[in-house]
Amino acid sequence: MLEIVKRPHVENFIEWSRNRPEVLVLSADLTNSCEVGRWRDTYPDRFFSMGMAEQNMMGVAAGLAREGYTPWIHTFAVFIYRRPYDQLAMSIAYPNLPARMVGFLPGIVTPGGVTHQAIEDVAIMRATPNMTILETGDATEVETVLDVAQAVDGPVYIRMLRGEMPRLFPKSEPFQLNKARVLSEGDDILLITSGIVTEEAIRATRAVSLAGVSVRHLHVSTLKPFNDSMVKKALSGVKGGVITMENHTIVGGLGSAVAELMAESACAVPLLRFGLLDTYAHGASRRYLMAEYELDAAALIRGVEAILKRPLNIALDALEEVRTEDMHSLAKAEAL
Amino acid sequence: MSKNVQAEPGNDAAWIQEAKAIAAAIRLRGFEHVMEANGGYLSQICSAAEMLAYLYSHGLNLAPPEAPLKPSAFTGTPRAGAGYETGARFNGESAPDRDRFFFSPAHYALPLYVALIETGRMHPDGLSEFNKDGGTVELIGAEHSPGFETTTGSLSQALSQAAGVAIARRMKGEAGLIWVMMSDGEYQEGQTWEAFQAIAFHRLDNMRVIVDVNEQQCDGPMELVMKIEPLAQRLRAFGATVVEIDGHDLVAMDAAKTRAEPGKALVILARTDPARGVPLLNERCPMLHYLRFTSAEEKNRYEAELAAMRERSSC
Repeated sequence: MLEIVKRPHVENFIEWSRNRPEVLVLSADLTNSCEVGRWRDTYPDRFFSMGMAEQNMMGVAAGLAREGYTPWIHTFAVFIYRRPYDQLAMSIAYPNLPARMVGFLPGIVTPGGVTHQAIEDVAIMRATPNMTILETGDATEVETVLDVAQAVDGPVYIRMLRGEMPRLFPKSEPFQLNKARVLSEGDDILLITSGIVTEEAIRATRAVSLAGVSVRHLHVSTLKPFNDSMVKKALSGVKGGVITMENHTIVGGLGSAVAELMAESACAVPLLRFGLLDTYAHGASRRYLMAEYELDAAALIRGVEAILKRPLNIALDALEEVRTEDMHSLAKAEAL
Repeated sequence: MSKNVQAEPGNDAAWIQEAKAIAAAIRLRGFEHVMEANGGYLSQICSAAEMLAYLYSHGLNLAPPEAPLKPSAFTGTPRAGAGYETGARFNGESAPDRDRFFFSPAHYALPLYVALIETGRMHPDGLSEFNKDGGTVELIGAEHSPGFETTTGSLSQALSQAAGVAIARRMKGEAGLIWVMMSDGEYQEGQTWEAFQAIAFHRLDNMRVIVDVNEQQCDGPMELVMKIEPLAQRLRAFGATVVEIDGHDLVAMDAAKTRAEPGKALVILARTDPARGVPLLNERCPMLHYLRFTSAEEKNRYEAELAAMRERSSC
């Protein structure tokens, strides 16, 4: 039975910050929405309200970082890389300053629609020199990404989850920089997923393995740098083909990173990328959007069939029960 | 409310004599360099000479130079695990009670380099590396360039970064001030106003901003490109203390510095003449942003103007 955790970041971040006086929080009017309202009340002297003014917030973070502090910017992901990109690139990334940008609402997790859905953030951040990109996929990663980010000599962008989320990985196996998690072993198909789609992929891999296909499933949580030897090794051992699935456009994200690695290592098997197919999304529930944009277990099964060029005859009702989040969950500050 | 400050007559303290001489030397060396380079940012030298002379010889509380520094060769951009030599070293060793200087209009790099030379912070040979491949004395400086602590060629980004430093220095209890030099065109950028909004909200009264209000920008006169006036009223409405001065009046500049009020940043609007010292530039109005000669005849007339300036400086 999958453990569901409510708002793990809230208390965990407060506890983690307790003996780290260098840790500051900057917020742009999304404090409770980014689960740092109690952090603000606990450490009022280390919390800086910057208002809805992200360009300035990036610069202020840069100035604080130059003085030895580590500003942890908390806002929606779209307001980190879209509106203030020039400030992010020139004030923070170019000087390689240790700002930590915690971006909430990655991809299509929100019904907030196109303005709130960060669908090309990984592509843009991958193209930004000096940037490290981390993505969380469960409660354990949300809790343990903090240490990983804080240890990086340079800016870090985190695709962060909030509200209710599963615990897919045991607490004893924390987030590790540039190290994939092996979720299943096999050599017919190499499946690489990141973020929230890993939960969905696990459902598919179980059904696919019952149908006699062996899948090596890797969960990737460091998107830049992208040179994990475990991923390289898996690429060299796969027989049928590679499938990537990401909560992001297929241009420039995980699928592109895998494609680059495959080309560079002359890995001559087909690659199938699942993600937003070079399109914006729209406001709807996460479950609805995951089905619409082929980010679910059923799509993955179709992908495996396409690579193997044979039907697996898996009854979709055989998949484990789908976990659907309540849009008006008490674990969220608003309905977004 | 702040009133405009004017020079008091008859005040010719030693520092003023020195600053005047430095301003004249900045103009001369800068003009000479522009002629050698066959063009450049001359009007910025004309407008900002007194401002830079004042800041580096009297206004800023910087550690004095031990010896003029030579610019480094370019060794790479900032990155993890690699050393990086910041241009801020030309501004002296940082200390809690020392001021910090953030130079926002990066296209004023030449006037800044010349000011560093004339105040003993950069070796005169450094200017020969200006805009040369493999060097750090760049046309539009980055933070490895002499005098630069931040990379601000994308205008209006220095003020926010300085505000972050101001918050940090307040948290650390450091007495030194945070000075930012800006150009007036930067007041067209939204980020500038976001920054002033935050500076007022967080009561960053350790900040001092001096603006070269030369009313010129790349496309021509600001009032024809995008008006920013009434600038003083706008800034006051955003919570800053504002003093307007003649940007070539050193005494007024020094008096303005004392007008800071608790809880507010002080902004000195230094209204300047972009042709000051090189009146020939006026014939190019309204295109003063960058001097590029259109004929040998035109260049000859600038050579004659330079010769006249040399003549004046030697007597």
